[in-house]
Amino acid sequence: MKISHHLDDATILAFAAGTVGEAHGVLAAAHISLCPLCRSRVKSAEQIAGAILADESEASVSDQCRAATLASLDAILQAKPAQPKPKSDLPLALSRILGDVSLRDIKWKTKAPGVAVFDVPLSKGTSTKLKMLRLGHGRTMPEHGHGGDEITLILKGSYHDRFGRFAPGDVADLDHEIEHQPIVDSDEDCICVVAFETKAKYKTLLAKLAQPFVGI
Amino acid sequence: MHAALVTMATSTTDTQKDQFVEWLARIAASRDRAAFAQLFDHFAPRLKSFLIRKGSTAEQAEDLVQETMIAVWSKAALFASGKGSVSTWIFTIARNLRIDRLRRERSQLYTDLEDFDAPDETAGAEETLGRSQEDNHVSQALAQIPAEQRELLILSFVEDVPQSEIATRLGLPLGTVKSRMRLGYQRLRKLLEQMN
Repeated sequence: MKISHHLDDATILAFAAGTVGEAHGVLAAAHISLCPLCRSRVKSAEQIAGAILADESEASVSDQCRAATLASLDAILQAKPAQPKPKSDLPLALSRILGDVSLRDIKWKTKAPGVAVFDVPLSKGTSTKLKMLRLGHGRTMPEHGHGGDEITLILKGSYHDRFGRFAPGDVADLDHEIEHQPIVDSDEDCICVVAFETKAKYKTLLAKLAQPFVGI
Repeated sequence: MHAALVTMATSTTDTQKDQFVEWLARIAASRDRAAFAQLFDHFAPRLKSFLIRKGSTAEQAEDLVQETMIAVWSKAALFASGKGSVSTWIFTIARNLRIDRLRRERSQLYTDLEDFDAPDETAGAEETLGRSQEDNHVSQALAQIPAEQRELLILSFVEDVPQSEIATRLGLPLGTVKSRMRLGYQRLRKLLEQMN
């Protein structure tokens, strides 16, 4: 998988800090698991945090905390074993949520000819959404300005817009003010996952009309 | 903006860093409680201060310090010195435990990614030694980038809020906050490349 479009530095920093929203975190992790470059970028960002911690001033820790920590060591023998990985052709971050599900088992809801969606369930209370989209050849997503941070990961097929061609593994990590109009250019359906903030506002009247229709 | 954030002292020496790696190795090899106590005495107060800056109460911070240090004990064998410093490793453990506690996202996203970064067994001793000094390099590099970029880079780790919230607090457009973070991060990476 040759990856040409990567996560934004600001997303890498937020992911490393642990302050990214749930949907964006799942999507970033899915890309990072496919992309050695972004893995190394996360590592460098974590090193900044490590340096901050190393240079941090000291707050006095109570004797009780120290004693309780030392006393509990005997009870701990091994780190918990890792959970087995689901059998799936989806990136691990997604199959952790969906389980032993392959891309062809997704229960798509058809919204229009050539447009189907699937909502990836997230925790209650998150202000983010994660949606899978399946778009047929030549389909256009409605032009929209981004009311919030939006990241798209391509799983299958491809599309192009003014930023280039997006193929499996690529992410479009767009600033909130950027407008674009992706058109599917692969013969097969283009399947992508989009993380966005639920407060995101769609800009054009067409998009406003299409929003409840397409469901994004 | 906190003045203390801007002028960070490089208080940890290279000798100390090799010492941290050695303590971890002793914990991993022989469940060495004395080594653990020393590691605790060095990192627990720093971790507590870091967590309080992130908005924890003293009590919450101590709970998380305890949980983090217990994880350090049980995971010591998993630390790979060629892949970064002990303080970076401890930061990631504390971050993941904090995420679990806040239930804001999934810490499994992070632990799963560790499997994609299996320790590189071909890395020689020289590489490991170079890596063990990384905190100092990062601190030095941080000191060399423009203050407004450094402040935002540090805030992105110290403030436990999304970048949009940092922007609101500073009264800056989100785009400005992000572009300063990007510039700072890019400059920092360039400086680190030159040092290595």
